[in-house]
Amino acid sequence: MTTNTLLRWGLYAVLILFAAFYLMPLFVMLTTSLKSLEEIRTGGLLSLPREITFAPWAEAWSTACAGTQCEGLRPFFWNSVLMAVPAVAISTVVGALNGYVFAQWQFRGANLFFAAILFGCFIPFQVVLLPMAQALGFLGLAGSIPGLIFVHVIYGIGFTTLFFRNYYVTIPQELVRAAKVDGAGFFRIFFAIFLPISLPIITVSVIWQFTQIWNDFLFGVSFSGPGSQPVTVALNNIVNSTTGVKAYNVDMAAAIIAALPTLLVYVVAGKYFIRGLTAGSVKG
Amino acid sequence: MEWLERNVPKLVLAPSFVAILIFVYGFIAWTAWISLTKSRLMPKYEIDGFGQFERLFAAPRWDVAMNNLFIFGGLFIVISMVIGLLLAIFLDQKIRAEGVLRTVYLYPMALSLIVTGTAWKWILNPGLGIQETVRGWGFESFTFDWLIKPEMAIYTVVLAAVWQASGFVMALFLAGLRSVDTEIIRAAQVDGIPNHRIYSAIIIPTMAPIFLSAFIVLAHLAIKAFDLVIALTNGGPGYSTDLPATYMYAMAFSRGDLGQAASSAMVMMGVIFAIVVPYLYSELRPRRDH
Repeated sequence: MTTNTLLRWGLYAVLILFAAFYLMPLFVMLTTSLKSLEEIRTGGLLSLPREITFAPWAEAWSTACAGTQCEGLRPFFWNSVLMAVPAVAISTVVGALNGYVFAQWQFRGANLFFAAILFGCFIPFQVVLLPMAQALGFLGLAGSIPGLIFVHVIYGIGFTTLFFRNYYVTIPQELVRAAKVDGAGFFRIFFAIFLPISLPIITVSVIWQFTQIWNDFLFGVSFSGPGSQPVTVALNNIVNSTTGVKAYNVDMAAAIIAALPTLLVYVVAGKYFIRGLTAGSVKG
Repeated sequence: MEWLERNVPKLVLAPSFVAILIFVYGFIAWTAWISLTKSRLMPKYEIDGFGQFERLFAAPRWDVAMNNLFIFGGLFIVISMVIGLLLAIFLDQKIRAEGVLRTVYLYPMALSLIVTGTAWKWILNPGLGIQETVRGWGFESFTFDWLIKPEMAIYTVVLAAVWQASGFVMALFLAGLRSVDTEIIRAAQVDGIPNHRIYSAIIIPTMAPIFLSAFIVLAHLAIKAFDLVIALTNGGPGYSTDLPATYMYAMAFSRGDLGQAASSAMVMMGVIFAIVVPYLYSELRPRRDH
């Protein structure tokens, strides 16, 4: 009995220790962002701020320098919004229609094409970086937000197609056959039967794509211009700005601002976030 | 009209088909082609042979990058799996506040690696970070300066990556543990088989596919890890924390050496394919269930 209670305590101790490990960086970011530079230099990393100041947040949002541009994260935050919203919407719509075809309208060669799409999900993006830079220039999209939207849609449809295909494949094909006998066409069946039951998988797809696109750095740093950089690129530039005193509190405030949208999504819809993460890796 | 009716599904797929053909396979072919030429600042299209790969394998910086990939990849995968499995088993013991703990363990996965790198860079900086704090507690000689030590800096990348991804592995394993047939477990308990034996002999072996999935996801993350290195160490000190991804990027965008960029990208793809192709093959083949 006593060994059992002891074990139980040990169990909780380990679990709480790990919780502390995962929470520590967030705690440090938050407390650092609320301290003055003076207090950061004199106080400990893990101590609470003696005097809370929101000045670093204001600076991170509207005046911090990313390279030579000193407008804070704000313009880049909106760049990310302007990039993510259309890219998420388009790739989800395309993925839904693709998935619907793969799951319910099989034709010769469809399986091979599906394999080719799936394979595309796994390529290291480094292998398309150079030709994409050329192609964007050729299309007149280099260094622009539409260019970034284009790239994110192209390399996002693999996963969205996979999500919807694996979801729609569980719906009995007899249903489609019966609807066809009744004279309903491809789109009619999609809108009347499939779309109404799709809310969960749409949520999964939207959250997955939003997180991917918002958090992306590689495409952002490779294909954006001075006016179209997403927030992750700007954050990195702010942190590595060499001009003036190193403002750790501003860096941390900027990091939290850049992380807020995806954190919010995680807190509100964590269940769907996890489903997206596992859908890509677990047999569908 | 009837033709249209019959071919709607194909027409719906057509744009994606064309896009994937060009922007995935066509682009891979382009990069492969360039890797066989003498391209420097501008692409050249005369095939030259494997000179770029010979240069690549002779470059000390690439050597460091590949070594780092194996150190980082190996440690990151093994440690994340161990922590993930441990936390999953512990959480499976009818823990109070399980939901809260799960949320806490998994949230780093929602963050951008740039945010993760920025946070850990601050925590690990020797001047004001964790080293100074522990010294402040009275341990005057405490040293934790891996971030600025060329031979140790790669382990800070491991630390930050494990922090980011191990909660996700926990979620995968926990889902796996919960899907094991409870009848078998109950039968084993009735027979008086101790708990740790139930895990090691019954539950964990049935989770083999989940180990494989977790491995694939982690390996994939490791090879693509670019953002984290950029934010945490920027490849430094020197190029001691370069990975193939940062090497490729440096060649492509700051050194203006397209040939080296293309050949290093092809090697990266080779490494990923060696891992992913057998997996995808086994995933796609036995689909007789529907």
